[in-house]
Amino acid sequence: MNLAVIFQAIINGISIGFVYSIVALGLTLIWGTMRIINFAHGDFLMMGMYATFWIFMLIKIDPLLSCLLIVMPVSFGAGLLYYRVILKHILKREVITQILATFGVGIILQSIAMFFWKPDYRIIRGNILSGTFRFVGISIGIPQFVTSIICIIAMLALFYFLNRTKTGLAIRATTLNKEAAALVGINIENIYYLVVGIGISLVGLAGNLLTNYYYVFPNVGMSFALFAYVIIVLGGLGSVKGALAGGLILGIVTSLTGAFLNPAFKYIAVFLVYLMVVVIKPEGLGGR
Amino acid sequence: MFLRKNTTLLTILLLSSLIISLATSISAQETVKVGVLHTLTGPNAPSGLHNVDGCLFAIDIINGEYPDLAIDLAQTAGLPNLNGAKIEPIVANSQGEPEFGAAEAERLITLSGVCAIQGAQLSGVTKTASIVAERYRTPFITACSTSPGLTERGFKYFFRTTPTDATFSENFMVFIKDLNKEKNANIKTIGYISANNEWGVGTGAAVVKAAERYGFSVVSNIKWPEGTADLDSEVLTLKRENPDILFAAILDADILLFTSTAKKLDYNPPVFAGFGGGFFTSIDRLAGDNEHYMTRDVFSLDLLDQIPLLNKVNQMYKESYNREFNGDSIRSFTAMMTLADAINRAGSTDKEAIRQALAETNIPADQLIVTWEGVKFDEKGQNMLGRGIVRQMLDGEYKTVWPFEVATAEIVFPMANWSEK
Repeated sequence: MNLAVIFQAIINGISIGFVYSIVALGLTLIWGTMRIINFAHGDFLMMGMYATFWIFMLIKIDPLLSCLLIVMPVSFGAGLLYYRVILKHILKREVITQILATFGVGIILQSIAMFFWKPDYRIIRGNILSGTFRFVGISIGIPQFVTSIICIIAMLALFYFLNRTKTGLAIRATTLNKEAAALVGINIENIYYLVVGIGISLVGLAGNLLTNYYYVFPNVGMSFALFAYVIIVLGGLGSVKGALAGGLILGIVTSLTGAFLNPAFKYIAVFLVYLMVVVIKPEGLGGR
Repeated sequence: MFLRKNTTLLTILLLSSLIISLATSISAQETVKVGVLHTLTGPNAPSGLHNVDGCLFAIDIINGEYPDLAIDLAQTAGLPNLNGAKIEPIVANSQGEPEFGAAEAERLITLSGVCAIQGAQLSGVTKTASIVAERYRTPFITACSTSPGLTERGFKYFFRTTPTDATFSENFMVFIKDLNKEKNANIKTIGYISANNEWGVGTGAAVVKAAERYGFSVVSNIKWPEGTADLDSEVLTLKRENPDILFAAILDADILLFTSTAKKLDYNPPVFAGFGGGFFTSIDRLAGDNEHYMTRDVFSLDLLDQIPLLNKVNQMYKESYNREFNGDSIRSFTAMMTLADAINRAGSTDKEAIRQALAETNIPADQLIVTWEGVKFDEKGQNMLGRGIVRQMLDGEYKTVWPFEVATAEIVFPMANWSEK
């Protein structure tokens, strides 16, 4: 077995795994704190991609630059609005209501995209992050490499925020026991706003990074969202470390299965791993 | 009381009005409703819209009067055997999904009252929509669905004008033989890639069958889940298996993803040839990366000089739709003309009469704008006279490179590496 091929498959898996992790991170954060699964998550990813695309096409700001300056702050704002208009009102409702409400938001976002931008595939060219570098027979796409680095930075930043800052600790306290958190003076409402804002800004970041090398169209969020749901259960609902581990596992398993067994089985392998984890450790890899 | 006393009179009146309306139905009827079922939204909408345009353009010609156009139905306005009745298209959106296609076919037949349907571009949608049409005994003609299995179902009301992927696969094998003979290409092994949809799987089977018949070895036969987010492992596998020629039946999304992945992983197939689909609809977005890609086609703009009728009709199409014909729109045009010809020969909107007329279709080559020998259906509803050509992207434009005797450009083999493009 060619070592270079093995390494290539692992590197491919890791690079896509980081993207899956970032998408899942926002989802698990929202679930962990609010116990709501956001079925519009993939569609916010799509909107992040379109925002990045149009910023590049219309005002010529590269995705790498628009990421922190525009896309993430706007996504954060969109998250605040999303909480205010929708999530706040379904917090105490039945699960089915929550599912339908968030799913409905997703449909609305897709329809808006379809109406304004049609189903055509959009791809950006001439962006800063393009090309490939190769060493010892292994190819790494520059967009994918930089994406992985930025994902790592974002995760470390989030980890630091949640573990070393007062606000982050307040979020964790709310996740553990919101009544107790309220009793000690934590403003739960503000926590929820913040968590949704951060969650949507993370998925906006993922969208921005993907636009460097992936095509944009109204249904693009679906594939990534599906894996995000698998990852948050695989990694443990509400677990940030679990989301990272789950994303990397998913990326590497699909890549290795595809390269060495049969590409047609790559997603079967993922779901087999998922089922194994659910049976052996139902709370997920990082869950308690 | 009045009704009971005058039952006989009322019955006579009702029957008379029914007979009169039936007798005058064709002359009173101003339109013949035909369903046009294609993908108007979703990832495959670009191809669907080309199909609709080709179809509507054909209807415009049939409904108008173009005596200087050498197409029989263009001579007079409307369908001459139906007292000049015009065709009224009822356009429906399958959304690219088989279940929606079936639902829309049912709606077209039961609510809109169409006498026939032209559609549905994607083989998966055509499969389910034509099942509905068959149940309602409504003729269904497809222009672009090339999955061979569609005409193997024993349907009476299903007809296909386009050559199938089985035909194109055979054409490709002959192409390889010619390439080996004329250009010393030494191609022995074949690879095939597609998504695991109806079209991809059907075409794959046809390629494998044709390869076996012509003595080539299929070393790669890769299918991926539809809507996959990455093709890294697929391209890695291809790099390892290294076929001499790679065939693909892939649509927009996948050709973009495949190209970027092949570029990233430095996979350079010597020949990369497709079965249409994304090879046509993603030309602009591939922006030079698709240089030297090849595709089967049923026509090429560089054949305009060879087919005067094509030249004229293409010019008219360009004036109406601001773009030239492509493989989708021209086949859709041809299928609608074929259907209209059948309805005209049937002389009515009776579905069984239309079906019979379709089965008896015999349109000569000089009435067509495609490079086929004509339109004539076999007992399975497949046009026996269709054939394909091979075009290659050269300097940003597809040019006919095979058959060599009609080629308008010299074929480039092998394909340039990514670093050279």
